[in-house]
Amino acid sequence: MIYNIPYIAVAALILLGLYALIFKRNLIKMVIGITLIESGVNLFLITLGYRKDSIAPIYTSSPGGTMAFPIPQALTLTSIVIGVAVLALMLSLVVHIYRHYGTLDVKKIRRLKE
Amino acid sequence: MNIPDYLIPMAVAIPLLGAFLTPLISKINDKLRNIFVILILALNAVIVILIASKIFTNGIMTYVFGAKDITYPVVRILFEVDAMSIFMAIICSILVLVAVIYSWAFMKDNTGLDKYYTLILLLTAGMLGMVLTGDMFNFFVFLEITSIASCALIAFWIDVDKSVEAGFKYIIISAMGALFVLFAVAILYGQYNALNIAVLSNLIQYSYLDKIALVLLIVALGMKAGIVPMHMWLPDSYGSAPSSITVILIGATLASLYGVLRVIFTLYGNVLSTLVRFDVSVNIVIGWFIVALAVVSIIIGVTMALIQSEFKRLIAYGAVAEIGYMLLGIGAGIVALGTTYGKIALNGGIFHILNDALDVGLLFLVAGSIYYATRETSLDKLCGLARNMKYTTVFFIIGLLAVSGMPPLNGFASKLLIYESTFQINPILAIVAILCSILLLAVFVKVFFSAFMGPALPKYKHVKEVPKSMLLSMGIIACIIVFIGLFPDLIINNIVEPASNALLGYSEYVSQVVGGI
Repeated sequence: MIYNIPYIAVAALILLGLYALIFKRNLIKMVIGITLIESGVNLFLITLGYRKDSIAPIYTSSPGGTMAFPIPQALTLTSIVIGVAVLALMLSLVVHIYRHYGTLDVKKIRRLKE
Repeated sequence: MNIPDYLIPMAVAIPLLGAFLTPLISKINDKLRNIFVILILALNAVIVILIASKIFTNGIMTYVFGAKDITYPVVRILFEVDAMSIFMAIICSILVLVAVIYSWAFMKDNTGLDKYYTLILLLTAGMLGMVLTGDMFNFFVFLEITSIASCALIAFWIDVDKSVEAGFKYIIISAMGALFVLFAVAILYGQYNALNIAVLSNLIQYSYLDKIALVLLIVALGMKAGIVPMHMWLPDSYGSAPSSITVILIGATLASLYGVLRVIFTLYGNVLSTLVRFDVSVNIVIGWFIVALAVVSIIIGVTMALIQSEFKRLIAYGAVAEIGYMLLGIGAGIVALGTTYGKIALNGGIFHILNDALDVGLLFLVAGSIYYATRETSLDKLCGLARNMKYTTVFFIIGLLAVSGMPPLNGFASKLLIYESTFQINPILAIVAILCSILLLAVFVKVFFSAFMGPALPKYKHVKEVPKSMLLSMGIIACIIVFIGLFPDLIINNIVEPASNALLGYSEYVSQVVGGI
């Protein structure tokens, strides 16, 4: 049971993020929703690589014993870097939307539909 | 001629290098930069065609990063290119090259063009990476590169409120889609300890988790491919981006569609004939699901196009319908896997990918030309433009006949394959497809009359024909359309047939990497 807690946290983070994305009307909160999903997915990747009682996967002068799996960590690092770029782009667009529309309410930002 | 394997990563590396050189060259001279970008993309197109010529004769090529040969277990990133990948790469390179030639005049009055061209080259690198890679995580990385670059380009006219809104919508959709792709990749990795598509395809068991991963991958990539009911971002971003960018976005959308095909046919190719509940095999379930989505896409796309009054939004809804036609062919091919007419349906669907990119691309370029000449996008206000813009009118007629599937042009060739094969699965599918094709013709004839025919308005008296670079790029696409329309056999036998064989022959794809199965 105790080993399942990270997976429960993953599910909770992703569902919270989806909730924020679907039901929140503020653009900033939607961006927060995306980052919550991202944290959930990253946590999932990291959890996959963990082994019980393992040490960090550094081969030089290693004391021996089980090592955590390094590939998911590499994947997570890549994903975090990409996530930062996407986050910066989203927030800069939010700034521009606020300049044009004077509001961050999704219901009022719908000039495309007219 | 001997074509070495290291040309494959070059197809991604050259646009990437060009992207980072463009701002430097832009400091020297603007014209020099435009020529540089066109040369880089032309060089890239030549490389893609060289790779294609080898693949169509010799079969699959692989390139491993950081090692000479494939080592076991496969942890290195590798590019695995088969006929389907290179088919998509050819489409993407043609579209980008045409769009850049078009931008020369179309974007001339804008500032910040060094960033514009940098982003176009990044987008090219991302799209080609998506279609050439043989690794799921690498696919995710290129997917994100494509979404970031295309979002920035959609919102390139940052002073227009609508394009910023469309850009935000696009980045939300694609960020969420890409995260779910990553989640699915993580699920597959956790079970099989591999990221390589061929290795995964060899090991896949169709367990409960695999089903979740399959659903996540199809939904997330289908959302980026603009399939109804996940199409809401597509008319917005196609309609608000500059026309030259819209043409490249078609390529990015089709690259996501390629992702769907790769997942279904190659990643899950091994388990497609597994029986699930009620003695129905997986391919029938997935196939009918895709056919249903396709029919809905066709109907919604066409009916929504009927009521639009904005030129580019109208074409964008037409593009949704065209994506429906591709999926109809491909879905029918999955339902009837292994039969002759299933093969024909798949051929039709794949051939339609090429034709849709060209036809819809041409229409978007014409819409951009009209915007360039009149600064007007609403169809209610345009009138009598055929008097002043005779070449553009001819290109529009070619595009309109091709997109609605009229006989001498390329749209007819692929749609006929789709009609005749779906008729054997269920006649209703073929009837819906033909009816909607006729409706599509009605939509575009309406556009033709309201924009090009009618009395000469004094407002448009001084409208001139668009500059030569725009005419040239439209002419290139129109020539390819007419050529394919006149000699469809040539294209089907030499390009489309190998591509559909590559999709169906997943065991060959797997054995290139895994060996001896």
